[in-house]
Order: sequence, then C-alpha cells, then structure tokens
Amino acid sequence: MKTDVVVIGGGVTGTAIARELARYHLNIILLEKEDDVAMGASKANSGIIHAGYNADQTTLKGQLNIEANPMFDQLCRKLNVPFQRIGSLVVGFDQADLKVLIQEEIKGQQAGIKNLKILAREQLRAMEPNLNQQARFALYAPSAGIISSYEFTISLANSAVLNGVKVLLETEVNGLMIEAGKIRGVETNRGKIAATIVINAAGLYSDKIAQQAGDQIKITPRKGEYHLLDKNWGDLVNHVIFPIPTKHSKGILVTPTVHGNLLIGPNSSLSTARENLAVSSTGLKEVYDGAKKLLPGLSRKDVIASFSGLRATAEGDDFIIGPSANCVGLINVAGIQSPGLTSAPAIAKSVTDLVKDTLSRINPGLTLTYRDDFIEELPKKLIFTEYLAQNDLEKWQEIIDDHPEYGEIICRCEKISKGEIISAINDPVPAQSIDAVKRRTRTGAGRCQGGFCEPRLLAIMSEELGLSPLAITKKGAGSAILKARTKDWLREQKNYTGGGEQQ
Amino acid sequence: MINHDLVIIGAGPAGLAAALAAEKNGVKRILLLERDKYLGGILQQCIHNGFGLEYFREELTGPEYAHRFIEKIKKSQVKIKSETMVVNISQDKLVTAMNRSDGILQIQAKAIVLAMGCRERTREAILIPGTRPAGIFTAGSAQRYVNLEGFLPGKKVIILGSGDIGLIMARRMMLEGAEVKAVLEIMPYSSGLLRNQVQCLDDFGIPLRLQHTITRINGLKRVDSVVISRVDQSLQPIPGTEELIDCDTILFSVGLIPENELSTGMGIELDRITGGPIVNELRETVLKGVFACGNVLQVHDLVDYVTEEAEIAGKAVADYLKGMRVKREQVLNLLPGTNVAYIVPQQIAYEQVDRKRVKLFLRVRRPAEDVRIDLIAEGEKTILSYRRSIVTPGEMVTFFLPEAIIGEKTAYIKVSVEKNSREKEG
Repeated sequence: MKTDVVVIGGGVTGTAIARELARYHLNIILLEKEDDVAMGASKANSGIIHAGYNADQTTLKGQLNIEANPMFDQLCRKLNVPFQRIGSLVVGFDQADLKVLIQEEIKGQQAGIKNLKILAREQLRAMEPNLNQQARFALYAPSAGIISSYEFTISLANSAVLNGVKVLLETEVNGLMIEAGKIRGVETNRGKIAATIVINAAGLYSDKIAQQAGDQIKITPRKGEYHLLDKNWGDLVNHVIFPIPTKHSKGILVTPTVHGNLLIGPNSSLSTARENLAVSSTGLKEVYDGAKKLLPGLSRKDVIASFSGLRATAEGDDFIIGPSANCVGLINVAGIQSPGLTSAPAIAKSVTDLVKDTLSRINPGLTLTYRDDFIEELPKKLIFTEYLAQNDLEKWQEIIDDHPEYGEIICRCEKISKGEIISAINDPVPAQSIDAVKRRTRTGAGRCQGGFCEPRLLAIMSEELGLSPLAITKKGAGSAILKARTKDWLREQKNYTGGGEQQ
Repeated sequence: MINHDLVIIGAGPAGLAAALAAEKNGVKRILLLERDKYLGGILQQCIHNGFGLEYFREELTGPEYAHRFIEKIKKSQVKIKSETMVVNISQDKLVTAMNRSDGILQIQAKAIVLAMGCRERTREAILIPGTRPAGIFTAGSAQRYVNLEGFLPGKKVIILGSGDIGLIMARRMMLEGAEVKAVLEIMPYSSGLLRNQVQCLDDFGIPLRLQHTITRINGLKRVDSVVISRVDQSLQPIPGTEELIDCDTILFSVGLIPENELSTGMGIELDRITGGPIVNELRETVLKGVFACGNVLQVHDLVDYVTEEAEIAGKAVADYLKGMRVKREQVLNLLPGTNVAYIVPQQIAYEQVDRKRVKLFLRVRRPAEDVRIDLIAEGEKTILSYRRSIVTPGEMVTFFLPEAIIGEKTAYIKVSVEKNSREKEG
C-alpha cells in the first residue's frame, strides 16, 4: 500500500488532522489499533470546551486553546455534534480563592477572552441554586462549552472518510520505515504502508513511535476517574463547575453532559500501565468527595457508570507539536492532554502548515492545492428523541412510512430505534462492536446499561454484519460477548447422552 | 387518534391478568401494549419450575404459567399490539406508542393499568471497581441469552448477589456445563427464597459465600479474574481478606428496580422504598383512573401474588369506569413500623359494602424468627397481632386488615414486626 500521508492514531487529534488534510489533493490513510476511533482519552474525558483563561499563553496548549474555542459552534453544526456553550464557573470559598480567581481573570483578559467576570455570592446563587451555600465567588467564563467528545471524534473521522481519507481499524503500527534520515512509511500488523509524511498522533503511545526515529519524547499516563449520573440529576447544575485549580489539573468538576446526564470527575493520579483503565474505590471516593464539596446535595444512588481515562502528559506538561528532530517527514503530535479536545481543530490547522512546510522541503517545486469538492457537512442523522422533543411526530411517521425500522425501539432507556442502529453500523467509519454502536447512538448508555437491549442489539449486529452472534464483540478482538451455543459444552463431556437439536 | 376504555402497558403476568380481570368485570375496548415479540414477559425465560403453587395449586414452569393466561387472552376481546414501545403517557391519559407497522400510535384511554415490570440493578449502580471488559452480565440478561436465544455467556462463572435470579442462574449454568465458582452475598443472609438456596446451590455443591463482595474486576478485553473480599458489619470490605478468583464471566443479581419512567413522566409519586407508585387498596395511583400492578408496583417474590394484585387492579378499573366508587371520608394510611421496609397498598381510600378484609403485603428489613405482626392504631394501641415463625427480606409477608379496623376512625395504622414478647422479656 502506498499513500502521501499516514496519520497514526484515531483519537480526536488524529481524526481532526486527517479531516483538515483532506481539504488538499493528498492521499491520506489513518491507522487505529483499536476497533473504532475515539478509543483512548478521546472517549474518557470531561467533554469540556475550555474558555482558555487558565492555560499560560506562553505555552502551545494555551495558545491553541484560545485559537480553537471559537471554532466549535460552526464545526459542530457542520458535523451534527451536540455542543452547548453553557459557560463555566470556577468557584471560590475565601479571600485566598478570590485572589486566584482574579489572577485567572487577568490572565484570561490578557489572552483576549471576552466577558470574563467575577461573580459575587448573590449572582452565583441565582445562577446555581444547588451550589454549596458557602461558595462566595466565582469566575464566570461564558465561552466555555460542553460536547460529546467521542461523537465529535467519530464525526471528524466520518467526515474525513467522506472526503477520501482511508481509515484502517485494528491496524497497529509496529515500526517506522526510515531511510537515510527520511521517513518511508510504516510497518503494521497488516503489512507495510509506504508514505511521504507520517504524523504521529498516537496518544499514550506517541513516545514509542517517536523513539523509533530517535526523538526523545516521554509520555506519562495520568489517570482520571469519573462517575456518570442518571439523567434525573442532569439539571442539578447549569454550568461547568470547577473548584480552584491545582498544579496538575483543573480539579474535580461537576457538569451536565450534552445528553442531560451529570458528570463528576476527574481525579488525577500517575499510572504505570498504558492499558490500565480500572477504576478504584479510593479514586472514585476522591471524585465523589471532591464533587460533593461543590454540590452538597449529590448522591451516589443514581450513578449509572464509572470510568477512567488516561491523559497522555509529556515532560514539561505542554503539547509537543513539530517535525521530528531526526527524521524528515515525521511530524510528532504528542503530549496532547487537557485542553487537547478543545485545541484539536487548531492543532489540525497547525499540523497542516507543518505538512505544507515538510512537503516543500522534500520537493521544493511542490505546492499543496485545495480540492474544490471538499464536503464540509456530514449528512444529518435521523434521531427519534430529537423529533420527540420537538413534538414533531408527524415527520417521524413519514420516516417510518419509508423505513419501518425507525419505528422499532431497541434501547428503551434512551429510546433508540433499530433504524438508528443500522445507520451507525453503516457509518463511513462503521460501528463493528456493541460499544461502537453505543458511542454513535447511545444504545445501552442509559440507566439499565444495556440490560434490556444488549441481546437485541447483538442480534441486529449479527444480521447486519453477516456474522455469527458468537463473533459479536464488546470492543474488538478478544471481547466476544458470548462463549458458546447451549449444549456445546455438554456434547464435549464424555458421558453426555442428551439429545437436543443439532446446530 | 384511537380511543380505548382501558390501555394496559405491558403484557407480562401483571398485564395479562389485569386485562382478563377487567374484561370479566365488564370492561370493553381493552388494548394491551407489549414491547417484546411475545406475551408473558419475563416468565418466558424462566423455564424452571416453582410457579403457580399458590394460584393454581400446582407446580408449573414460567412459560406454562404464562401460557394459561395467554390462551385466555387469545379467546378474549382484548386487543393486543406486541413489539410496540410506549414512549410517553400524558396526565390526561394520552398514550404515545410506536411500532414498525403502525408507526406512531396516539391512544386516548379512559383508564390505564401500568404493568411495565422491573429492570435489574447493574454492576455500575453498586459501584464495583475494576475494569469494564466483556463478560459482565446481569443475571436476567444472561438468562435471556441462555434460555431464549440459545447462547452461553461464559464458562467460569462467579455470581454476585443471592437473589432468586442469581440462584436460578447458578444452577442453569452448571446444567449447561459451566463451572460456577461461587455465589457471593454481601449480607449475612440470602435474599432469595429458601427453596432456591437448597435446590439451586446446595444440591449442586455451589458455595454460597455470605458477607462477601467483589472488590475488583480484572481483564482488559474479557473478564479474567475477580478479587473478592469479606465485608464487615457496615458492609465495608475488610483489608487482608482478598482472594483472587479466576473466571471469565460475572453475573450480577443485585436487586430489581421497578420501571417507572413512564409513571413519573405522568407526575405519579413513587414510594421511596418500593420504587413503585403509591397506591390505595384498588392499586390506583395518585392519578384517578391510573392503576399499577406487578413488579412496577413492588418487586414480588412469587408471580402468583402478581396475578392476584393484577386482578384487583383489573376489577378496580371496571368499578372506576362504571363510576361505582365511594370515597372514604378520610384516607387510612398504612405506615411501616419496626422492622418493616414497606407496606403495599399504602392507603385505604374507598368504602366497600361487601368487603370483609383487605390483604396487605409487606417486606421486613431483617430476618427474624418467632415474631408478631402488630397492627397499631393512633395512640400506640395494638389492635391486632399475627404470629409468624420466620420472616426474611427475601419473602413477602401477607396478612389481613379486617373491615372492622378499616371502619374505625383512625387516620393511620402502623405495622410493626416484633420479636414475640415472651422472648423479649426473657
């Protein structure tokens, strides 16, 4: 296989880069080792589009955050990604906290963020009646927003594919092909791919990739744990609520999600293993206690999911975006921790400039030209709950008339129809596992966590993908839901005399 | 829009019995809505025996029990729509539902019976730490895979929770050639029926480990082991008691939650303990003409009691539609006292001429032997006591409230389960 550009990693960074590069006359292949995009930190984070006041403007992450924040309204409209600019509040309890808030406000204003405001107790209480009554001040940033980070990533990837990018899932890079200080391509578990440019957006593994070219990057995974609460808690707060930040993180926040749940977290602890996404009792207690300081009325009674994400933090705590020091054609995009989700569209633009530079260095006569047929918008999906919320059931009836599968509800909690599931299975980046369908449609994301719909979803996937039900996985190879057909194990036993139907 | 006198949500044992009782008592134009392909609800996956001993005086399997009602329904005038999901019910009883062939259905009902059943509590809800791999099931979904779909979820199984579904599934997986390593129960006693503990665990040599829970799930793609720990009096894991158990599957049988999203959407108030609507003796909710029965009202131990409860609701619909009811001057509230978790119904709201007594259901908080059920009126006056040799949280306790007491002018009756006084004194 041969291409112009290989992007390693299907997180929000890699997919945003792939989509941005697809605007040009370039052949692009994106490689993802898991069975779907958004499988790392891009699916397990706070889902916040940060205003940008707290990141130092002398850092890359500070600059890219400020640049990217205003891009989200238009981008999310084009990609049909749920995004709400609900604003954020950093909450202070005493005079020392107030000092921090004022510093942040000044930093933010210097960075050009508009409408930052310090609120006093009464205003704060009017905006957030459930907030701890001891809270006295808050820094209000109206430009902060909430987004579904995995839907954003998947939509970026879908849009990239519609614009000609090849996304290869379950394709892991085993090595870089380098000749005389120049990149020649990558070696994967599925064979070699020759390429002129390789972009290393491998998240937690970006240091491993970079080290093959002799670049000294060190990534340390930093774990953050979360509780997600039932939708009946979604209106407990109206804004993203932060505590006073610590050195390493913005602290344990409380926020509504775009789907109406309540999210609390993350804590922050160094992790030794890059695959270890286990949550711990102590970690989750820290999250709960932290959130309860802001919202004393919280209860763990309605937790519907607990999860963790691993932030890829680099030494120096800043993003590392730039050409390899040792290998022409390799571009490293590493250490993309918070605010990586917010910065992704700006990272994509900045990497595109790097690609242009690199290409002109390799071949001075070459200039990248725009394609005139780039499709900005993703086709709109049919989502029952949107029609239900707008009481537009007559329209939905027309949809059912044409496609009866949109009349069949599979996920009871989230009211997802079979038509929506089939559409996700046939996405440009197809959903090939139970969790992949869940991220695209919310099937199984509700309070029963798939207890009702999983057997039904499994049957639909088996039929739609033409696979045995035994081959349907939760999240790719090695995670099949079912082990055998009934009586299979009995037939293996020596003394089995039972009849039963032959499968 | 379609009009019906009675719309019943759910065609499990509660919905079926309510429909038949309503028709028997003269209700016409009944519509039964069911989300699954078939009628009978969860009974269809309960292929074990033990059903019907109370109601039919014989022992049936779940499908056999359901079949008796389905046969009658087929012969009745009740209209059925299966594979139909109700998405909303308004306070004025407009039901919005949807299916493939009709599309959106708007049905105006005069009366509604809520019979949506319950769902299982998940691993997530009880905050079990660890990874989130494949191989984690609620016991009921595993039961569906095995008994209805014909698939086995795993070979080396650990079960958390000794409720009835957990016990039944322990035996079921053994019969299919899987190895059930243990059933863990965080409490010092099983929450399942005694007969299930004996027939499902003891008879198969499956260890029941009381006061144990899972403290960590391991495995990246598929469960590969769990860490279990003993718990102390306050149910907290005791450090140093950890054991690693090799397994590929975990079944959770950790409680059932009445499915009342449609009810609360209508503005119906729920009992904090049962998780079901607050009802009067007719199983009528705070909304007039809206009734609830079966596991949507309270999680039952025996389906036989579900049937009994649904028949009360079905008959009550008939009386409601005929306008034949006489309200009591004052609602009589039934309040849980010592060692009583809840009582259903929670209120007596109507007068009835020919009524001799009202049957009440309660669950105790803790197991106890040789006890009295005391009915206590205003002024802490015990007016009636029943004796029971044993009560456990896993089994519903039934007893009667005589009409003579209902007729007395008391605003409430408190029900307490007390150790028999002789022991109390000794």
